[in-house]
Amino acid sequence: MSLAVTLRNSQARPSWLPKLRWPRLANARWLSPTLLLLLWEAGARVGLIPARVLAAPSTVAETFWAMTISGELPANLAVSLGRAGVGLGLALVVAVTLGLISGLSRWGETLVDPLMQIKRTLPVVALTPLFIVWFGIGEVPKIALIATAAVFPLYLNLFAGIRGVDVRLVEAARSFGLSGRDLIINVILPGALPSFFVGLRYALSISVIMLVIAEQINAQAGLGHLINNARDFMRTDIIVVCLLVYALLGLAADALVRTLERKALAWRPNLVEQ
Amino acid sequence: MAQPRIRPLVTAAPAAPTVSLKGFTRRFGDNVVIDGLDLTIAPGEFVALLGASGSGKTTLLRTLAGLDSAEGQDVTTPDARAVVFQDARLLPWRRVWQNVALGLKAADVRPRAEAALREVGLGHRLDAWPATLSGGEAQRTALARALVREPTLLLLDEPFAALDALTRLKMHDLVLSLWREHKPAVLLVTHDVDEAVALADRVLVLDKGKIAVEERITLERPRQPDARFHAVRRRLLAHLGVDAPAPQPNSALLAFPTGEVVL
Repeated sequence: MSLAVTLRNSQARPSWLPKLRWPRLANARWLSPTLLLLLWEAGARVGLIPARVLAAPSTVAETFWAMTISGELPANLAVSLGRAGVGLGLALVVAVTLGLISGLSRWGETLVDPLMQIKRTLPVVALTPLFIVWFGIGEVPKIALIATAAVFPLYLNLFAGIRGVDVRLVEAARSFGLSGRDLIINVILPGALPSFFVGLRYALSISVIMLVIAEQINAQAGLGHLINNARDFMRTDIIVVCLLVYALLGLAADALVRTLERKALAWRPNLVEQ
Repeated sequence: MAQPRIRPLVTAAPAAPTVSLKGFTRRFGDNVVIDGLDLTIAPGEFVALLGASGSGKTTLLRTLAGLDSAEGQDVTTPDARAVVFQDARLLPWRRVWQNVALGLKAADVRPRAEAALREVGLGHRLDAWPATLSGGEAQRTALARALVREPTLLLLDEPFAALDALTRLKMHDLVLSLWREHKPAVLLVTHDVDEAVALADRVLVLDKGKIAVEERITLERPRQPDARFHAVRRRLLAHLGVDAPAPQPNSALLAFPTGEVVL
């Protein structure tokens, strides 16, 4: 860890830079965000930043705590997580099915891939009106939006991963008598896994973004519902709390994929050495 | 694949050849890579195939390995055959023993893979990931993966080309001892004349898709780089169009004649 930090800083600071007067603070990357928070707090205290423009950090922290204690935040977070989870789950099922069909057979590619490429050219957000007409304004259009958006990165990276498997390994495995199902399970799918994880990372961040957008549609619960209500009452503290939670969701999603990768790709040299 | 574990001893009648090609031709488009080639390899015979790049030696090996179709040609190969490639081609996501056991369908797969790995001196790396192996270790794993199949034909496609000189000598000794132990017919594709002369019963030089030279090597093993060795070497080099140089006193083979240098 300390090695990584040293490396990053030695790269970031060429030797021609003047020497720092306080070398202890050379690596203090927390300094500027803290200063910003302090300025923001001070601005709010002296009335430079009115609460209806932006609530003070201390107010946000208080609100965060109060909303957590009262159960309001956890309950709405659970609703949002549920939407993202179901949407992503659907996307996984569809994308893995189509990716396998299209990746493992030439006919599959001919039939499936053009449809996926057409779908890619449509901005998913632009489908919102159509989804509202089809599915109303309940949970279905929200989940459908998330699923539709998350399908493509999953599909594309799985497909590319399967097609990018080292043909020399496939040939060697064939020479040792592997074919069909054995070849797919032992060689092709493990070989496609790193690429699939890249897709999963994209899909997770896209599903968080789509969650934010989808929850603008008449949400009766969830983080979007909290934000919409807060907007009506000009409660900027609640809005900032929700923004924080969205950011935390993104971080959590990334941590989840990292953990999965560490488990599933333990054979990779960079991870082996750790 | 159902090869008996113990092959019957060859008695009076000469055994059927392990490999037999008659008038084998292979072309890619207008380019004739192999042109009416005749080749037989006897059971347990160690054959080295020399040739410059583009002489068709890899094409021939791929055909014998069943990687390229030989449909409509007079080609006989055994079912029990295994290849060691120049790049070890281990699956990076399977542990060393799982790579050796790849595609084996039996109850005792793990013990068999372990035994094969111990035989090539890798009993201590059974559960390692291939990415952590050295070049020599990876090739020994590839050898174990081939041997565990009890092949009657072992195909070696420049398996030592990417190794350093000392590791290569150790691998030569290993291959010879494994060959003596298991007695498969071996076809070693190489561009290294010293390697061919040090290992093989018979050396073939492939040129423009035809066997240009055939040299039977009767020197006893382990082969010392003596005058007879150099005579054979010079003859083969001459056939390959290299004006035979005098023995090089500083060549690795001279410095470590039996290759028994332990690092």
